[in-house]
Amino acid sequence: MKKNQGVVGVYSYVDSVLEAIRRLKNAGHEKRDIRVFSPTPIHEIEEALIEEESIVRFFTLAGATLGCICGIGITVLTSADWPIYVSAKPIVSIPPFMIIVFEMTVLMGALSTLIGLVVNARIRRNAPVSLYDPRFSDDKFGLAVVCEKDRVRDVEKIMNDTEAEEVKFEGLH
Amino acid sequence: MSNQSAPLTYSRVNDDIIRMLEKPSLKWLALFVFDLSVLGIGAMCFIYQVYTGLGVAGYSHPVFWGVYITNFVFWVGIAHSGTLISAILFLFRARFRMSIYRISEAMTVFAVMTAGLFPIIHLGRPWNFYWLLPYPNQRELWINFKSPLIWDVFAVSTYATVSILFFYVGMIPDLAAIRDRVVEKPRKFIYSILSLGWKGSNWEWMHYTRAYLYFAAFAAPLVISVHSVVSWDFAMANTPGWHTTIFPPYFVAGAIFSGLGLVITLCVPIRKIFHLEDYITVDNFEGMAKLIMLTSGIIGYAYAAEFFMAWYSGNPHEWGQFVYRATGDYALFYWIMVVCNVIIPISLWFKKVRTNIKALFVISLFINIGMWFERFNIIVISLSHEFDPGNWGVYKPSLIEIGITAGSFAWFFMFFLLFIKTLPAISIAEMKEILPVPRKGAKQ
Repeated sequence: MKKNQGVVGVYSYVDSVLEAIRRLKNAGHEKRDIRVFSPTPIHEIEEALIEEESIVRFFTLAGATLGCICGIGITVLTSADWPIYVSAKPIVSIPPFMIIVFEMTVLMGALSTLIGLVVNARIRRNAPVSLYDPRFSDDKFGLAVVCEKDRVRDVEKIMNDTEAEEVKFEGLH
Repeated sequence: MSNQSAPLTYSRVNDDIIRMLEKPSLKWLALFVFDLSVLGIGAMCFIYQVYTGLGVAGYSHPVFWGVYITNFVFWVGIAHSGTLISAILFLFRARFRMSIYRISEAMTVFAVMTAGLFPIIHLGRPWNFYWLLPYPNQRELWINFKSPLIWDVFAVSTYATVSILFFYVGMIPDLAAIRDRVVEKPRKFIYSILSLGWKGSNWEWMHYTRAYLYFAAFAAPLVISVHSVVSWDFAMANTPGWHTTIFPPYFVAGAIFSGLGLVITLCVPIRKIFHLEDYITVDNFEGMAKLIMLTSGIIGYAYAAEFFMAWYSGNPHEWGQFVYRATGDYALFYWIMVVCNVIIPISLWFKKVRTNIKALFVISLFINIGMWFERFNIIVISLSHEFDPGNWGVYKPSLIEIGITAGSFAWFFMFFLLFIKTLPAISIAEMKEILPVPRKGAKQ
């Protein structure tokens, strides 16, 4: 059956959310179908739901490496393109060029980190926008579960048993 | 006004910080209009200078780097403590940074934007500033990567970009909180765009916290590198008073020192006006005061070491330069610098002074003054008194230079005033991180 139902529980306490996550996992719901919205990062929630490491680090590494190569390229190639001695220094003079290489590494590393953040946070967000509630940026926690139609009541029961203050339902496409 | 008797909760943090963005008061508007008028004077001075030529500045043989370059180094220095507080103290997990880092990051961004104006103002033909960038041109000429001025272009522009990114990324969850709170449609629309659809899901937080860590890891060495590069603008030249290896650590310590001074100058009135006593606490100020004690000690040592090395080197030009600094035409400025940067901060060794907000505010004003004169002394006095007595002379800033300098302060404060009323001055998400996580067991 298609997972086209969204259930959102609104919580005030982190331990209630963690208990609900434990029960949902025991009931056979997959981690990727469970999302928690929180006003601040909560490491216990992350540990309960995510096993993998963020792949933003690969964007950072790729950007920094590219920046380093570009820094070497722009200094060495442009100096070699019009070779002119300045203050009797070698045409390709490593110490001053290292400054440019360092700055380019940092610049492109930082830019690619931003791209990595935006791309990954959006692609892997998964939880549909309709499950969000503005209270989740204030003082409430949102537990969103995507499931099959016939499991909605079970999810609702788990949420009610774990003291969800409100449970909302959304039909998803 | 915040409910100061109530304990800090997630909800109160949102209320108190978003309340700062309400319609500006008449006092704010009056201050803003005054600021714009000073900026207008600065702009007119610049237009006059462009129209007439650089001769209207007080430059005269032998001093061709004057107040403009002083302002450049001063503002770049100011920009440093923002990233120090946000990145280096983040990596060290110093909790006292949480409430002040947003203000100091904003200060960093606006200070770099101010600093960036001065090399251009200082150009005889400012419209040709882009010649500093490496771009293919019909003459097939490239820039000289061995020149410290080119290192400066790369260092300062990278620092500006990374600081803006760091500032913006740190604000994304808070912009979403504002988006969720405001009701007026245009404001909601703007904050929706700026928050990039942030929902605060566990996946978003995971990527966000890692990305923030990498930004901090990049920004930390960048802080050290940028002012080192700025110091090489001087240290690479064979001028007495400039040509020394202690310049990079001396400049970096001075930059952090001056930036912390301005952070305190800005935080004290903001805390008072917006009643943020529960957020920016006396402990936060004490943490900054301790950093000021450290950096003041380093620059005090650098002042002494410069004198010692000038004497011990046996180089008459170097020694002559330092004797001239302390006793010559600019001796008053030299001693203002020593008193403001070394003598007055000694009072911070007393806890009573460190924890007295009014005293800290007054000391921070002295630090701002002292650090501006430090830049002036290094640049102008060294050029006034080089090797050959026939080549000595005294520089006096012209009214145009003073007008543009005043305009630069107005430029900085214009952005800062706008920031206070449009963006969250304290990090909402990070303040919540240092509050106890709401748990059933802890409920009343």
